[in-house]
Amino acid sequence: MEILVCVKQVPDTAEIKIDPETNTLIRAGVPSIVNPFDKNALEAAVQLKEAHGGTVTVVTMGPEQAKEALKECVSVGADRAVLVSDRAFGGSDTYATSYILSQAIKKLGNFDLILCGKQAIDGDTAQVGPAIAEHLGLAQMTYAAKIQVNGKKISINRETDEGYEVIEASLPVVCTVVKSINEPRFATIKSKMAANKAKIEKLTTAELSDLDPTKIGLKGSPTRVKKTFVPVKRESGVKIKEETDRDTALKLIEKLVEAKLV
Amino acid sequence: MSDYKNIWVFIETAKGEAKNVGLELLNEGKRLAQVKQEKVVAVIIGNNNEAAAQVAIAYGADQVISIEGEEYLDFNADGYTNVMVQLVEKYLPSTILVGATNNGRDVASRTATRLRTGLTADCTGLDINEDGLVAWTRPAFGGNLMATILCPATKPQIGTIRPGVFKKAEPDASRTVEIIKEEIKTPVEMIRTKIVDTIKAVGDLGVKLEEAEVIVSGGRGLEKPENFALLQELADVLGGTVGASRVAVDAGWVPVQKQVGQTGKTVGPKIYIAVGISGAVQHLVGMSSSDTIIAINMDPDAPIFDIADYGLVGDLFEIIPVLIEEFKKLKAS
Ligand SMILES: Cc1cc2nc3c(=O)[nH]c(=O)nc-3n(C[C@H](O)[C@H](O)[C@H](O)COP(=O)(O)OP(=O)(O)OC[C@H]3O[C@@H](n4cnc5c(N)ncnc54)[C@H](O)[C@@H]3O)c2cc1C
Ligand SMILES: Cc1cc2nc3c(=O)[nH]c(=O)nc-3n(C[C@H](O)[C@H](O)[C@H](O)COP(=O)(O)OP(=O)(O)OC[C@H]3O[C@@H](n4cnc5c(N)ncnc54)[C@H](O)[C@@H]3O)c2cc1C
Repeated sequence: MEILVCVKQVPDTAEIKIDPETNTLIRAGVPSIVNPFDKNALEAAVQLKEAHGGTVTVVTMGPEQAKEALKECVSVGADRAVLVSDRAFGGSDTYATSYILSQAIKKLGNFDLILCGKQAIDGDTAQVGPAIAEHLGLAQMTYAAKIQVNGKKISINRETDEGYEVIEASLPVVCTVVKSINEPRFATIKSKMAANKAKIEKLTTAELSDLDPTKIGLKGSPTRVKKTFVPVKRESGVKIKEETDRDTALKLIEKLVEAKLV
Repeated sequence: MSDYKNIWVFIETAKGEAKNVGLELLNEGKRLAQVKQEKVVAVIIGNNNEAAAQVAIAYGADQVISIEGEEYLDFNADGYTNVMVQLVEKYLPSTILVGATNNGRDVASRTATRLRTGLTADCTGLDINEDGLVAWTRPAFGGNLMATILCPATKPQIGTIRPGVFKKAEPDASRTVEIIKEEIKTPVEMIRTKIVDTIKAVGDLGVKLEEAEVIVSGGRGLEKPENFALLQELADVLGGTVGASRVAVDAGWVPVQKQVGQTGKTVGPKIYIAVGISGAVQHLVGMSSSDTIIAINMDPDAPIFDIADYGLVGDLFEIIPVLIEEFKKLKAS
């Protein structure tokens, strides 16, 4: 099975702080990590490879430093790693990002399965997976909590409001995965050292010569971030702390009745 | 581009019934449509849309476009995208609002890509700017940052909107408006995914988070799964449902369908009770548009208190039983 996994390098949003003076994100010192859902996608790919044979290719679009993310992927089972990078790609929204990635995927070969995370924790849109599927003309299977492959058939458990839908399709497809699908493995010291020496391939506009220049970068992006700001927090209300917890509870009831909320 | 007009709302249905988020968007869509002096149009794709169409009209649709077919009985991205794209090409709407559910995001992503237009994700605020464009406001970076996004050069402008952020209108069952029935078929071979089975989540999910008026959510402070029975009891007395923080979901105490937050659901109930939840920004982004927030936490400095209308400092295991008892009394009286 030839599997390709799209991974994004993201700032660890759990570490992000707001500068109270300027009201902007403090990005300096925030570690870059592999998007958590993409680790799940990679783990799913490596497990499928272990069961069915084949190779796992990881691809990321981003700046030079995103090579670090790729090396981490190699250390946990990816066979081939590709950085898609060019200044012309800067400012891409999900339309342009998915277009560039889909062109890179076409260039890299024929894949039976293309895996993405459910969403990236910085952009948070969950749009790139389905949009890659559309650009490639493939079926999409999203929010997979389980993947099973049998010959050319794939079956997934898709997360829904009630539980799961079991969905079937024929390969090739694009599939996005949720966190509960697996526990990603950890690298060993040995696999880390090997990954450090791994060759990272690079694709730029030179290699991707078929790219339509009107569909890439800021110019090729139909959306524009007009402004960003720190969310206005709700005002806090009253704090209740009486002598005993029982009194605290009773006080709340009193206040809710007063405010006609119950 | 001036040919493009009217605001469409995709009415997602489940077994023929309209989901709340579509009805919420009809109300917000109407507000935007009034600014632009346009119509708000409900678009329904399904197998039998009669009931959903009537509900959409009662909740404010000025027109309904309905597409029925056996191939649309269950949601599938291939069939629904085919319908949306053909409808857009025929009717040229200026804007499409779609609920940011799993199905909504799937069909919106594919439709926007096929039409080569912009899609803003998971919005929590909408407006019309001075150029008549929709200004889509959304949280990013896990709720740490808000961004306002425009789609200036292509039409339609499409966005997904988080459930629970906007309120439904008061329904008016006496309204009658035009229902346009379009025939759009999708050949079976074009629908490449097939639902072969459904599996219920383990445990009783009760009322869906997005539909509930009262949510009692528990976090790490609950300590073990059995203690969620306590929250369930409180939720039952209040006619609500149970939610959870990611910690409680990851620990396997509560099904993933119950997670509130950045990577879970957004909710906007009348009352949200956060029990033993610290109030991480990733949790807050999913519930801060609730009408009234009550927090119960023994740490007086827990960040959840910064946004709570009523912050109870104390031990949840002492407080919750008293609340259950008192609410029961109130209900009986
Ligand atoms: C504040 C802010 C708000 C934004 N809002 C929007 C918006 O509403 N609409 C819009 O179109 N764009 C938006 N963008 C731009 C968007 O974030 C970027 O295009 C981003 O590169 C991809 O989107 P995402 O991070 O949401 O990824 P998602 O769509 O959430 O990612 C899903 C999966 O796609 C794969 N993937 C995503 N990016 C890459 C990559 N670079 N390389 C390899 N695989 C990848 C991964 O497998 C990932 O798990 C916004 C940007 C910012 C800064
Ligand atoms: C990418 C990403 C996405 C995430 N998405 C989500 C998401 O969607 N939803 C989400 O919720 N989180 C999400 N998180 C996790 C989030 O950052 C927090 O870790 C999580 O919300 C904390 O859960 P908690 O409040 O239950 O636990 P804790 O932070 O550990 O808080 C437990 C609280 O319980 C209180 N407590 C303990 N015992 C008692 C008692 N007996 N009585 C009263 N109070 C008590 C403690 O004082 C404490 O404040 C995400 C994180 C990341 C990095």
